[in-house]
Amino acid sequence: MTEMLSGGEILIRALQDEGVDRIFGYPGGAALHIYDALFKQQRVDHILVRHEQAATHMADGYARATGNPGVVLVTSGPGATNAITGIATAYMDSIPMIVISAQVPHDVIGTDAFQETDMIGISRPIVKHSFIVRSASEIPWLVKQAFYIATTGRPGPIVIDVPKDTTDPNELFEYSYPESVSLRSYKPALKGHSGQIRKAAVAMLKAKRPVIYAGGGVVQGSADDELVKVARLTGFPITNTLMGLGSFPGDDPQFLGMLGMHGTYESNNAMHHSDLIIAVGARFDDRVTNNPAKFCPGATIIHIDIDPATISKVIPADIPIVGPAKPVLADLHASLEAEMTKHPIDQASLDEWWRRIALWRQEHGLDHDQRDRTSESGQLLPQQVIQAVYRETQGEAFVTSDVGQHQMFAAQYYRFRKGRQWINSGGLGTMGFGLPAAMGVQFAMPDATVVCITGEGSFMMNMQELSTCMQYALPIKIINLNNQALGMVKQWQDMQYSGRYSHSTYSDALPDFEQLIRSFGHHSFTANTIEELDSVVEEAFSPKLKDKLVFINANVDPDEHVYPMFVRGGSLEDMVLTKGLA
Amino acid sequence: MRRLLAVLLENEAGALSRVIGLFAQRNYNIESLTVAPTEDPTLSRLTLLTEGDDEKIEQVTKHLNRLIEVVKVNDLTDGAHIERELMLIKIRTEDKEHREEIYRTCRIFRGDVVDVTPDSYTVQLTGPTKKLFAFMRSIGETSILEVVRTGVSGIARGDKILEL
Repeated sequence: MTEMLSGGEILIRALQDEGVDRIFGYPGGAALHIYDALFKQQRVDHILVRHEQAATHMADGYARATGNPGVVLVTSGPGATNAITGIATAYMDSIPMIVISAQVPHDVIGTDAFQETDMIGISRPIVKHSFIVRSASEIPWLVKQAFYIATTGRPGPIVIDVPKDTTDPNELFEYSYPESVSLRSYKPALKGHSGQIRKAAVAMLKAKRPVIYAGGGVVQGSADDELVKVARLTGFPITNTLMGLGSFPGDDPQFLGMLGMHGTYESNNAMHHSDLIIAVGARFDDRVTNNPAKFCPGATIIHIDIDPATISKVIPADIPIVGPAKPVLADLHASLEAEMTKHPIDQASLDEWWRRIALWRQEHGLDHDQRDRTSESGQLLPQQVIQAVYRETQGEAFVTSDVGQHQMFAAQYYRFRKGRQWINSGGLGTMGFGLPAAMGVQFAMPDATVVCITGEGSFMMNMQELSTCMQYALPIKIINLNNQALGMVKQWQDMQYSGRYSHSTYSDALPDFEQLIRSFGHHSFTANTIEELDSVVEEAFSPKLKDKLVFINANVDPDEHVYPMFVRGGSLEDMVLTKGLA
Repeated sequence: MRRLLAVLLENEAGALSRVIGLFAQRNYNIESLTVAPTEDPTLSRLTLLTEGDDEKIEQVTKHLNRLIEVVKVNDLTDGAHIERELMLIKIRTEDKEHREEIYRTCRIFRGDVVDVTPDSYTVQLTGPTKKLFAFMRSIGETSILEVVRTGVSGIARGDKILEL
């Protein structure tokens, strides 16, 4: 028997049939038919946020932690425009997301109606694709396509714009959900070219100074195991981009740390002096390459990526391989094993290469315990806070961050064990991402330890979500590295603008964080010294507070800089390592 | 280098705006653009004239292919091809002698006079862009009242076709 449903019901039913169990949203006029359909069912849980931007970041965090697309529901006009920053964030980091934006009814589109905005137009450059619903009857097919496109190939956000008339509860349509989807104009690669993979394997076995450079594509493609297998088989040094952290165990000696603008000394030097770079799921971002003209002058480049447009976009690839990281790395492993019977790895050269890397690591690596350091002011150092959290959580927490110095400290000092554990806005660099992303992770993993490492600047961009955390009893642990300033901006002003702090400080206008957090019913601690830090971190992660949101306000040295740091316009080996040498 | 790209696009609302948006967003240049549905009403064909070296065109092509509604992209300038453009040009005529001269020039270029007034001719001319410019130079800037060009349409020579 065919079911007759209204457009609003069809939309929610299609989400159910797609396996969606939770959406993040905020109601409004044009979305009310859809909200009424939501009310009448139990299978899709709706999380009421306090600002639509946060809804998108929650869906994003949810997607990054699980690999399943995050779903957002917002109303037209301001609801839709508030979602834009989160859509752009997901787009830049290739995160699967479905954003359903309500729209004014068809008959008033284009008349500047109340809460009307051209969402398709506004979101066009920051979505993988978008749809506008013309009739309720096409909703199942559009939803099916949206999920298919969002999750295949290079993942990304999809907008479905839903004019209110297509959700009218008085107009009923036959419902059936398509079982499969095939689009003549969209055929993502499912595996890499075998000839190219063999070529890559042969090049790898000839290399004397190889480096594996793995990025977010390995994490999003759930290819950690395959990456580790290739690394183990070859014994090659391996570095991660900011987005790739966790895809290889961070505490493993074979791991060089992160590369790039704030990458480790050994990683950037190894890249620069390498003769073969195996890039996988990475896009040679400007925060990685520094000056492309001076990038790794002696290196042959193998570039594995699912998106052909990424290959040779910045750095020309010698051996391009288009395909998803997981099957390509598995095939590469098999190909390496086969080729190794004919040409064994040049082990003598590789040993020599490791000796050089060990020297770099010894000279300026980040492996030492930051407790041995004291700041000029005697205040807590941000790195000490990260290390304390790392120790307390035994490297097993999901860690989200905002954007700035604290993000780099977290990337440098928290050693992630596996992919999806480290969740941050790498491409767009969205301040305000950390808290809502952590909420999305916690919704997906109710029993996991979820830590949000933030700074007071970023935190205040979405702190209204403390109210949502209260409503849903989310036991997130928020670590606020409070340096009473926009730390990264201030660092650049120190290094490039002779210390003229143009609008980067507000130390006399900060809230009393303890009171603020408590007003939402959460727990709050302050740490000013290393002793206080040890005790509050221990308490925050103790079983007693397992079910509570805990906020640690760590007052840290406001003058600390993130090092190493690129010399602008230089090569990867050109790094500033301490203050005063810029 | 001048490049002529042929693009097959799903004939859907909003598809064209994605192509144009891509060029704006990635700082690529559109010299001219023609678009209309093909013999298959579900497909539109674009001919897009742009500038760029091999690397740039490779990027343009890859990014075009990334758009979900783009079915196929081909660089016509890679091989032998035919380019045509249509121009409607309104020309001010002064006296009998001038009118005859304009008419003769029009015949030489195989143009058609499609509208006549006592003081003007409107001429329809087809051909590669170079020919249209040569015609305009022959008429002389001072006589040209108005010019409308369709932009370039292109097709490969020989048996080669752009198909699904």
